[in-house]
Amino acid sequence: MYTLSTLPGDDVRQIMWRFSDRFDLQMVVQSARQIARGTVATLVAEGARHTHEWTEHKAQLLEAFDQSGLTSLFMDPHQGGFIEGPKNLALALVAFELSWVDGGSATCSLASNLALAPIHEKGTREQRDFYMHRATPPQPGEDREIWRGAFALTEPLPYVGVDTGVLVGKVRVDEWKDGAEPMLHVEKRGRFITNMDFAHFVTAAVDSADERIQGSCMITLQADDPGSFDRGAPTLKMCHQLSSTRDPIITVKVPASRIIGGYEIKDGVIVPKYSHSEIIGAVFHRTRIPVGLMTTAKLLSAVEPVIRYQRSRFRGGDASGPGSPKFEMGLQQKEDAQQRLVDIWAMGEAGASLGFGAARMADAFDPVEKRKEALLEEQGCTGPRKQMAALKKKQAETLEYVDLLFADPADKAANQARLDELEADTLVRFSYLDAVLGVTIPATKVWNTGSGANTLREAISLMGGYGITEDCPGFLMYKWADSQLEATYEGPEAVQRMHLTVTMGNPVFLAVLGKWADKLDASDRPGAAALDAAIRAWLWAYEFLDAAKDAEGKKLLHRKRQGVTFPLADALCWLVAAASLFDDVDALIENGPMNPTVAEGLEGLVGFYTDLAFVQAARAAGEAGRILAELVYGYGAQADTSAFAALRAEIDANLAGARLAKDRAGEALTQVMIPEALDYPM
Amino acid sequence: MSYHIVVCGSIVPDPLQTLTPMDGPQGPALKNEMMLPAVLDPWAGHALFEAANLARKLPDCKVWLVSLGPKAKLQQVMMAVAQKAPFQFVAVDGPASGFTDSFAVAESLAQAIENIADLDKGKLLLFGGWQSASRGSGSTIQMVAERLGIVDQFQGVDKLTVTDDGIEVLERVDGGAWLASKVEGAPAAFGWATGELPEPPNNPQVGMMNMKSIMPALQQAKPAQPGTGFKVQGVSVPQVVRETRIVKDMPVDDIARELVDWIKA
Ligand SMILES: Cc1cc2nc3c(=O)[nH]c(=O)nc-3n(C[C@H](O)[C@H](O)[C@H](O)COP(=O)(O)OP(=O)(O)OC[C@H]3O[C@@H](n4cnc5c(N)ncnc54)[C@H](O)[C@@H]3O)c2cc1C
Repeated sequence: MYTLSTLPGDDVRQIMWRFSDRFDLQMVVQSARQIARGTVATLVAEGARHTHEWTEHKAQLLEAFDQSGLTSLFMDPHQGGFIEGPKNLALALVAFELSWVDGGSATCSLASNLALAPIHEKGTREQRDFYMHRATPPQPGEDREIWRGAFALTEPLPYVGVDTGVLVGKVRVDEWKDGAEPMLHVEKRGRFITNMDFAHFVTAAVDSADERIQGSCMITLQADDPGSFDRGAPTLKMCHQLSSTRDPIITVKVPASRIIGGYEIKDGVIVPKYSHSEIIGAVFHRTRIPVGLMTTAKLLSAVEPVIRYQRSRFRGGDASGPGSPKFEMGLQQKEDAQQRLVDIWAMGEAGASLGFGAARMADAFDPVEKRKEALLEEQGCTGPRKQMAALKKKQAETLEYVDLLFADPADKAANQARLDELEADTLVRFSYLDAVLGVTIPATKVWNTGSGANTLREAISLMGGYGITEDCPGFLMYKWADSQLEATYEGPEAVQRMHLTVTMGNPVFLAVLGKWADKLDASDRPGAAALDAAIRAWLWAYEFLDAAKDAEGKKLLHRKRQGVTFPLADALCWLVAAASLFDDVDALIENGPMNPTVAEGLEGLVGFYTDLAFVQAARAAGEAGRILAELVYGYGAQADTSAFAALRAEIDANLAGARLAKDRAGEALTQVMIPEALDYPM
Repeated sequence: MSYHIVVCGSIVPDPLQTLTPMDGPQGPALKNEMMLPAVLDPWAGHALFEAANLARKLPDCKVWLVSLGPKAKLQQVMMAVAQKAPFQFVAVDGPASGFTDSFAVAESLAQAIENIADLDKGKLLLFGGWQSASRGSGSTIQMVAERLGIVDQFQGVDKLTVTDDGIEVLERVDGGAWLASKVEGAPAAFGWATGELPEPPNNPQVGMMNMKSIMPALQQAKPAQPGTGFKVQGVSVPQVVRETRIVKDMPVDDIARELVDWIKA
């Protein structure tokens, strides 16, 4: 039996989430943490959340972000930032640190970046330089106000929400003088627009209401544009009160050069380079990861306050004196109290592994995606359709790449030259990363927030009545309420499941998933076999449902059949998250010994994390097994399902020892040393 | 006047943690010492922020931070400290617990300072904490200064003002009073009390610059020679019972009254 000496510190996290060698990121974590446990925690403790209005009190946040460098984190050094290259992991870490204390503050920090993201991803060079520069804090010697942005996609009910295909915001030609730049008239009513109280500019999605403008686009609107820039009524929301949200009504005149990405004039018609949905796709692809991790941070942040509560529950009463088990261990004398906390912790770890894994991969993906864009453009391969066709041609090679990438070391070495060649092929590399991220990003968003919200409820229950008081340490009640918003904005759960419906069937992803199962199969870590069997059961069910028909002879695995595809997506999320945790524990086992601070307590850490991974694997295999059984038997009563039955039996048998692992992890929680006091106020 | 300011400062375990002394293989240690999070010793922190502030206001000043501590832990703490003020980092790898001998520590620090290539000792202002949060012996800076041949020494410094003809110093003395002195200039040593400056906000740009020197300095950190003539016989913490009460919205006057009652009782 091992003992977990202390709660895992930064060194452990850096190894598991793979940023031990990135001091820029470690610094960012420290900055964000200071703000979270200082300014943010104080605001919450002082009751800043008790009003819908954006107040001067809350505005301290913006100043803290500016002063600590978080405002310029999104920018490249030449734009006034300090980190070169992709920043998905950096932004994810900041969201995580801030949400550890308050999710709304994280949104407040991210919302300006969300507004800049369309410009960053698809804007012209001039647009990028103009807005990025204004959005960074003034450099020494400069005297200017920092511009903040808002991102306006959603519109008053019942218009754009989940379904962003229809836009009511409109753009028309206002004035178009010969040889001069066209002036446009834009009308946009936003609903739930974050940062709207203080935004200097808005990146708005609008549709053409003029035959001289083609399709839809995104466009920047500024508070000083001629016309009316009404910030609208504040949203009377019951969560994330540390971010500002209003329903603006904007009617302004702007030059056509504000169209994000630019435009061409073809036969007297303004043709925007990108439609609003192309831009939104590129933006959300990245920004959904931090949102998922926000809920995860709260789960992990609950561990310490719950232990503190459990241990001190009976101190001070007549029933027990110092030295007695009741006094020293409190509720942790009870198995249930320990083990429910183990469940919460395991859910949090799995979510973090999934989300940070996606963030790292997104960092690898960004430059590849840019190269792909340039390459296809060079080949005259523009427009989504043509690009899809070009990538489809690369599928065989991508599958070969996946085979080699996951081959055992000997095979890999023998084929190194071919592997290098495929890796250097931009389209192959793109197809691989795109296939995996196509699943892990929406999985992070839907699973971390949705399952996370359910689990947060359990965390509160462990605090008993104290959990639902305002002075509950760790602000758990607020965190629970906030998690529902994280599950909603940037595309609620249905949107993520729709996304997964399309991406989870990508043959490249299916091949990768099979490789993950192989890897688990080859590992002798406790619980790996159960997860391996569950992944195989999922793959089997996928194929089965793909071929199956319903009573009316209609296809089951079809986008329209959300009753089939959505649960299948949910099952997949559980499995992918659990597999990610195994991967991170591998990293700890491999690299922990190299770090002297981690090495000291490594045995206990590895023992504990191995058990947590088993607990999570058992839970994930159970959830997936239940969902898959419902689908397979529920829709295929007449078919031969014996292979599935065998796999299910294998899952169950491989749970051997899962509860012993939970016992050990629970026991470890009774021994772990926690700080004397929570490092932020209540 | 331009100065070369060397700040001696290391790390201590985060005071929020439960610090339990125990017997380790090399004598007394703290329970889970390596795994406990560490912070910059607050006394040294005051010295560093004062140094940076002074250097910012005067032409051609340079600041070094010399730290003796376990290098893996130093690296973590520097992620925050590096963002607070510009400095050159000099690291010596060794223990930073409260169970080290200040005589041996001073020896290592003085050597490390002697080895700083572009340090002009004629311009040297030695800064450090008057005490440290790990073991407040109040002797380290004094002994470092002695070894460097610096005879003008000030302890418990709260304020330092550079004037046209030297440096004015306010040192803490009994009864909340200050002892005001004047020194002609460098070299001189200052053991800081709390100084006057708040902790500066993080500046990642400064951090990125500092890290360029911090990472190699950590890699090159030489192990300190622990003193052999020193032995800790035993340690324990006072057995006080912490009875923390959490009260919200209590007027300041009431808090003060309660404290006074407690002291009188
Ligand atoms: C505090 C806050 C801040 C926000 N900030 C911003 C912002 O800065 N910018 C911005 O543009 N937006 C913002 N939003 C809007 C947010 O992104 C939307 O609320 C979200 O996209 C959901 O849209 P909706 O509320 O209209 O839900 P609806 O579209 O009404 O969906 C409700 C539910 O219907 C079901 N459903 C809908 N469509 C489908 C379908 N096709 N298939 C299956 N089920 C379906 C799902 O169960 C879904 O959850 C914010 C919202 C809040 C609350």
